[in-house]
Amino acid sequence: MNPGEHVTEIVIFTVLFLVVSGMGFVAARWRRPQDLASLNEWGLGGRNFGSWITWFLVGGDLYTAYTFVAVPALLFGAGATGFFAVPYTVIVYPLVFLILIRLWSVSHVHSLVTPADFVRVRFGSPTLALLVAITGIVATMPYIALQLIGIEAVLKTMGIAGSGFLSDLPLIIAFVILAAYTYQSGLRAPALIAFVKDILIYLVILVAIIYIPARLGGWEVIFGRAQEKFAATPAQGDGILLNANNQLQYFTLALGSALALFLYPHSITGVLASKNRNVIKRNMSALPAYSLLLGLIALLGYMAIAAGVKPIGTDNNTVVPVLFDQMFPDWFAGIAFAAVGIGALVPAAIMSIAAANLFTRNIYREYINPQATDAQEAGVSKLTSLVVKVGAVLFILLIDPQFSIDLQLIGGVIILQTLPSVAIGLFTRWFHKAGLIAGWVAGMGGGLILLYNISNPAIKHAHFGGSAFPLAKLGLDTKMTIYAGFLALLLNLIVAVAGTLIARAAKVPDGPDGTRPDHFTADEGDPRVKDLDLSSST
Amino acid sequence: MPGNNRDRSPWYWLLLVPIAVPLMTFLYNATEPTLFGFPLFYWLQLAFIVLGVATTTLVYRMTK
Repeated sequence: MNPGEHVTEIVIFTVLFLVVSGMGFVAARWRRPQDLASLNEWGLGGRNFGSWITWFLVGGDLYTAYTFVAVPALLFGAGATGFFAVPYTVIVYPLVFLILIRLWSVSHVHSLVTPADFVRVRFGSPTLALLVAITGIVATMPYIALQLIGIEAVLKTMGIAGSGFLSDLPLIIAFVILAAYTYQSGLRAPALIAFVKDILIYLVILVAIIYIPARLGGWEVIFGRAQEKFAATPAQGDGILLNANNQLQYFTLALGSALALFLYPHSITGVLASKNRNVIKRNMSALPAYSLLLGLIALLGYMAIAAGVKPIGTDNNTVVPVLFDQMFPDWFAGIAFAAVGIGALVPAAIMSIAAANLFTRNIYREYINPQATDAQEAGVSKLTSLVVKVGAVLFILLIDPQFSIDLQLIGGVIILQTLPSVAIGLFTRWFHKAGLIAGWVAGMGGGLILLYNISNPAIKHAHFGGSAFPLAKLGLDTKMTIYAGFLALLLNLIVAVAGTLIARAAKVPDGPDGTRPDHFTADEGDPRVKDLDLSSST
Repeated sequence: MPGNNRDRSPWYWLLLVPIAVPLMTFLYNATEPTLFGFPLFYWLQLAFIVLGVATTTLVYRMTK
């Protein structure tokens, strides 16, 4: 496409992008702390966010630009199976309700910053904590890279991205700006930007779901044309309804994704930044507003079919931007593109902060400098957040984007393997650290083997072709598929239970538990361990 | 100690309902009845959002 036809869009996109970047830098002064030089302030915004800020921050964190581009692309390509995003984001909140308030409480009492910090205190095992930290970093990195794909899809539609170094320049500039204000302002930057991002997204989607169906002849026409398209393709798995073979995959993928979502370090960062338990509880009933938004956005995929959208090249991720470009007047398309572009900045910033905190707390402080001061920790995290973002840019520039999509798929499966130590660990200390380590190894290995054996002829992948594992490969006489992460987690749990029983029988020494039952129910104002130490030493 | 029983309220069991219902594909894997042109598959799953919000709101109020 020719950038000349898109001048209005490019101007509006650039202006909004710059305004938001300015907000990112100013954010350092927002809710003025006396000193930003600690992870409590730089990495968790002072642990003092109320219900509104938390709603915008966590919403902006979980529902990423990539989601908004990729989920409609799934419906555009395969139909009903892509709609799993809706049950996934409905069940996640009741599912994690108790988990998150207990994690908040124990983190409040012990001043914990990362999920690996919790594992360290609960199971007394630096090794297990290191495994959880590395899993978190590895799962998060490709996720940050994917946010760039969201921006890239928009840039491509405006005709200012393609191949060669110069065409990558806008993407690099966007990320340099992002890196700079995250470095300066920490979590306050995405928290402040999230307001603008979400207001823009809600505005664009409300207009899109009223205006586009009206132009296309109504919802019946849209679903009808989608059905015609899928009926005409030779593929067996597509259609506007599920078939007998992909229902198991549909609900195990929804359940597995829901279990994985709040194990991602960036989700936990957003939650730990809130002020008290009631803020989290209130958000569990307010955050589904975004799920409604996501469900409507998903249907943009069918609107694109009905409007006869042709993706740019073979990149299905461009269908939503192209749909906006075709349907909206230029000025509104510019706003819509800015919404997607800015939508990538919020999660990318939080993810890089979360990955940096994991490195600082569970590698630097544990193995390199155990005596690190608060200021040293903040300094290391700031630098690491830069390294993480440079890594993400290199990922996109040097490697086929399809590879980051594959890695993100793997990311969901591997982050699930921290569930026994992080989520179950919040309720019971029954597991032995040796059992949990064995379970992690088994789940990780098993998950990778399953994913390696999934082929996808549609994208010419012999391996890592998706997350739907055919049960026939386990010797079962069926065409049904199941979410690979779900099987890997089952294996992990079985090995963790067996390993715990063996370790107990063999009297292998277990790590000390640094928590007490009341630590899991403490609230704002209850004493912290640090305060208790101080009062007992004076 | 304060709050030792905070997480033991029976109300929390109610959270199982909006977890279980959206996973039962047989409830909604059909076209009819349609609503505003949406096949059942789409409008019912969107309606489950309301079920989720109602349940978590109730549990929040009862355990505040």
